[in-house]
Amino acid sequence: MQLALFIIFGALAVAGALNLLLQRHPINSALSLVVVMMSLAVLYWSLGAEFLAAAQVIVYSGAIMVLFVFVIMLLNAGKEEKTTGSRAAYIAGFPGAAAIFCLLTFVFLSEQKALGVANLGGHLNSGLNNIEELSRVLFTKLLLPFEVTSVLILVAILGAVVLARKEDQ
Amino acid sequence: MQSLSPNILALLPEYILTIVGVLIMLAEPLLPPASSRKPLGWLAILGTVAAALASWCQLHLGTLTAFSGTVQVDTFSVFFHLLISAIVLVTLLISLDYFEGSARHAGEYFALIVFSAVGMMLMTCATELLLVFVGLEISSIATYILCGFRKGSATGAESSIKYFLLGSFATAFFLYGIALAFGATGSTSIAAIAAGLATTTTPRLAFLALAMILIGLGFKVSSAPFHVWTPDVYQGAPSPVVGYMSTAPKAAAFAVLLRITFSAFGPMEHRWAVLMWILAALSMTIGNLGAMLQRDVKRLLAYSSIAHAGYILVAFTALRSEGIAAVCFYTATYAAMQVGAFAVVTQVTGYDEQIRSIDDYTGLALKRPVLAAFLGLFLISLIGIPFTGGFFGKFYVFSSAVHSNHVWLAVVGLFNSGIACFYYLRLLAALYTRPATENTRLDRSSRSLGVPAGIGLTLAAAATLVLGIFPGHFLNLAQRAGAAPAPTSAASTPATVPPAAVTLPMQ
Repeated sequence: MQLALFIIFGALAVAGALNLLLQRHPINSALSLVVVMMSLAVLYWSLGAEFLAAAQVIVYSGAIMVLFVFVIMLLNAGKEEKTTGSRAAYIAGFPGAAAIFCLLTFVFLSEQKALGVANLGGHLNSGLNNIEELSRVLFTKLLLPFEVTSVLILVAILGAVVLARKEDQ
Repeated sequence: MQSLSPNILALLPEYILTIVGVLIMLAEPLLPPASSRKPLGWLAILGTVAAALASWCQLHLGTLTAFSGTVQVDTFSVFFHLLISAIVLVTLLISLDYFEGSARHAGEYFALIVFSAVGMMLMTCATELLLVFVGLEISSIATYILCGFRKGSATGAESSIKYFLLGSFATAFFLYGIALAFGATGSTSIAAIAAGLATTTTPRLAFLALAMILIGLGFKVSSAPFHVWTPDVYQGAPSPVVGYMSTAPKAAAFAVLLRITFSAFGPMEHRWAVLMWILAALSMTIGNLGAMLQRDVKRLLAYSSIAHAGYILVAFTALRSEGIAAVCFYTATYAAMQVGAFAVVTQVTGYDEQIRSIDDYTGLALKRPVLAAFLGLFLISLIGIPFTGGFFGKFYVFSSAVHSNHVWLAVVGLFNSGIACFYYLRLLAALYTRPATENTRLDRSSRSLGVPAGIGLTLAAAATLVLGIFPGHFLNLAQRAGAAPAPTSAASTPATVPPAAVTLPMQ
């Protein structure tokens, strides 16, 4: 059951990601990204990270994707045009992505013995609670990074104000 | 429960700057729309001086750790805090007149500079990679926005977008590196990574993690082959911002790189030293060869900043304490001369930046002799001629490489310094040549040098000279900083040097 889920959603994630790259219309790419995000959420869940899976659905598939779609609609972005720059990006991009993929595969496969294997779905029955563990770490050891994020958001708001203002000459 | 006081004491400079930034944000809408934003600039300057004084006081408190060991304030972090506040101070002084009249929304500019300084300071004192990441993002997002601050110009928008996209791409690599480091060692804290590396069963994964982190930080310090964004971004961004973003974020990124390489991944030094060797040689060569082809002064300085990142990376191949001291010293001298050079560019070109190429600068000495003299001094220091900071910076960097038997890298570096002479001298000669046709562009920009900008320029020039004539005191502080970033919080660095002996010329 777990293995079947993994194969189905793993394949969906890869297919969605490839479709995202190959589609020429931005809205199609954005919708393929939703597929990738949702499949990843299922994979997280089957690995026992149920909080991460929920956050993935709410934050990425929910908030961020809605923003993406809004931006595409507001810009009224049409079909992608082929330019010399985009062709160069294809020529450099695909071998680059393939090289990174090969490198990561090589490293993970060569460390296979030490890394061990994941027990799909095994953590779901172990009684360990994700949220409890995460919140303990966030409010004790990682309190400062957690709090400093507020400065980060403040800077982002300030940046939005700067970008939205009109320059009077 | 921990008592509150170390948590406040250790992060005092960051608290001060955050409060000042929020105050500027709150005060900006209260000022009448047509009035000058200078008071906000002075508030930012006051806050920066206060933060620098707070860091200075931390120097006498020994090593402080706070927030469950995510922050460690030692001589190393105080050194970079002081350096960053000095850069921010000079940048703010230069920017006060820059925005007068042209942009009425300078309040946000001052707030963004102050907030980005908070991010950089957090990066330099963090011993937890997640905190480094948050600090890096604070400083990066602030600089992305600052790049596009002149909204009227198309190059400004291009600069901002390009920097944002490539910067985010680089951050993704950095974050992936952190995740892999967690996978290999079971922790994201620098001390725990160092301990975990000794017993790790997956050394390849750990090395991949370091390589990813190197790629991410390599983008931020604009080392080749991750430098492609630099010339375009520097060309489009406002000049005072370029002076700031080519020094302060790089100083913070180098501080993080020092902690990560020498402290966290210390046992792997024989492996990453090779990577650093390649990065350094590539950056120096590509930077200097690229600069030779440029006619635009800002692009020329952008390529030269790539080359200087390469010189700094040379010191990473050296032995631990000597290498750290050389990096600290070079970062400081580079900051002094680079901020100074861009301060002059700001004064010459003004807000709309019509004066760009070397031809436009021809004959500057006849029209504005003081500015030309300042620029001449900074160029001489960038070449690395004795009695300027640049000479001792290069000297310490190359001698540290030779001491660890990287003679060929030092040879490559010296060869590059020779190439660099050519384009700096070409610009220098242009400043003092009478133009063939009357150069009217310079006349149009002849604003008189304001008092704050004059103070800023003088500070940068004084720092360049003092670092070149009396490097001893400052090197002393850099060496103490070099001894400091020990991975464990137990290692304390007693203040053996009497405080009076450590002068800070950057101040």
